[in-house]
Amino acid sequence: MDKQVYITTIGLEVHLQISTKTKAFCGCANEFGREPNSSTCPVCLGLPGSLPVLNKKYLEHAIKVAVALDCKILGSMKFDRKNYFYPDLPKNYQISQYDMPLSTGGSVEITSTAGARRIGITRVHMEEDAGKLIHDQKRPLSFIDYNRTGTPLLEIVSEPDISSPEEAHLYLSTLKAILEYLEVSDCNMQEGSLRCDANISVRPSSQKALGVKVELKNMNTFKGVRQALEYEEKRQVKILSSGKKLSQETRLWNAEKKITELMRTKEQAHDYRYFPEPDLVPFKISPGLVQEIRDTLPEMPNDKRLRFIKEYKISEYDAAVLVSDKAMSEFFSACVKLYPKPKNIANWLMGDISGYLNANNMEFGQLKMSPEALAEMLGLIDKGTISGKIAKDVVVDMISTGRSASDIVKDKGLTQIADAPEIEGFIEEVIGENDKVVDDYLSGKDKAMGFLIGQLMRKTKGKANPQMANELLKKRLSKEKR
Amino acid sequence: MIKKDMINYVADLARISLAGDEEKLFASQLNDILAYIEKLNKLDTAGVEPMSHAVILVNMFRDDKVKDSLPKDEALRNAPEKEKDFFKVPKVIE
Ligand SMILES: [Zn+2]
Repeated sequence: MDKQVYITTIGLEVHLQISTKTKAFCGCANEFGREPNSSTCPVCLGLPGSLPVLNKKYLEHAIKVAVALDCKILGSMKFDRKNYFYPDLPKNYQISQYDMPLSTGGSVEITSTAGARRIGITRVHMEEDAGKLIHDQKRPLSFIDYNRTGTPLLEIVSEPDISSPEEAHLYLSTLKAILEYLEVSDCNMQEGSLRCDANISVRPSSQKALGVKVELKNMNTFKGVRQALEYEEKRQVKILSSGKKLSQETRLWNAEKKITELMRTKEQAHDYRYFPEPDLVPFKISPGLVQEIRDTLPEMPNDKRLRFIKEYKISEYDAAVLVSDKAMSEFFSACVKLYPKPKNIANWLMGDISGYLNANNMEFGQLKMSPEALAEMLGLIDKGTISGKIAKDVVVDMISTGRSASDIVKDKGLTQIADAPEIEGFIEEVIGENDKVVDDYLSGKDKAMGFLIGQLMRKTKGKANPQMANELLKKRLSKEKR
Repeated sequence: MIKKDMINYVADLARISLAGDEEKLFASQLNDILAYIEKLNKLDTAGVEPMSHAVILVNMFRDDKVKDSLPKDEALRNAPEKEKDFFKVPKVIE
């Protein structure tokens, strides 16, 4: 049998939609969700005689991203035409950048349990987006909406520095956090404002040269990227270990079947015939402008992580998770101001609240709960008004309705029972109804205690103060002589 | 030297179908053009920076201000076929 060890090499290509008010080269609104074909003009439809002019804000945002990814801004850049026929491209070419892009040679630092590592960024370049195709389910027809055509994109190409699907996922989350902090894009994979293609090859560990590269497309979530890479890694290893050869090709991820399917072979690859875009003049980017933009960079996730550790005395891990989501990190900071126990807040955010969001496929930004509301709820736990267990239900209610904890507690009658005679009353009932378990307890079976507490909690609908319940029950049982 | 297969390849990329003798005609025309351009290669251009544009202008920008787009029906007027608010084409999936 083949005991060969294989090395995986992955590179990722991320397309980011830049949220300027207008398109890249014309004054049409750059806005998601408009009526089909309501945001087009002669320039973005490629009508004869029209001339593109670069949106200054687009260039500034592009420089901002390149600088944040430690890229070198090349002083001179130009645009090129990438030629191909496809109906989503009304001009039959895409304005892109080929040999004189905006920037090259940056990196992103990723942190895992294995430590910190830098993933190289080959280049960040500017290009326009294409229109949207909608395929008819019954008839052999496609419909085109050109609203997206000509909207500003950045292509962020990583070096083949990524060594596993998991690392690819980590790189993407880290990159997304950086991009979110810059506030130049919605970074929403569902709406397509952030998209990712991947290159993957495997090779036997004894082989120096990289293996045959396969390009993967059509992944619509970060999870999809990871799953597609995992599938592809296995597929390629299987082919190599059976002694067969891989072929260079492009494959599509099928999210339903959880497999990759052949899209085109190397022979069918496009010949894009790039040439300089004659309708746009070249651009000189002065070090002064770059510095000006660099000075406006907000605090980046990595800096915020270090600050959180220092300022709030939370763990490396907690800080890393909190800053990975801009909205969550801001919520956290706001909440700490109102309720100065950072660790408590972090636990709730990373535990129940994140759990709820994940289970419901929601983004942190969609949370209806305010930092004030969470601070109030944590105060109610500290005061003993509600138990930690009840709080878990209260928080779900708060997230989904946006109501305050005290309202929910009042409405649902969830106030903790911390009155000894009242709890003792329930204890009498429990003992009366569970003769055999009480016997078990008295004969030394500790497990019986857990059962009795459970019964007590059920009777009080979880509202008995757990510590009091425990103490009072023990006290009462010690008096039981049989 | 441009040969027949190159002519066919370029025609295919440009989605042009060629009539019988056009292969030969275009091959000789393109070869003439290339021969003419080849003359320029004889010029000594050492030390001359390559240029990417014929106009001596740089940094032509536009402010990020929304302008009126075409009305929908106007935008769709050139569509070979349309349905509702969409351009309509034979199904393409690549
Ligand atoms: Zn336009």
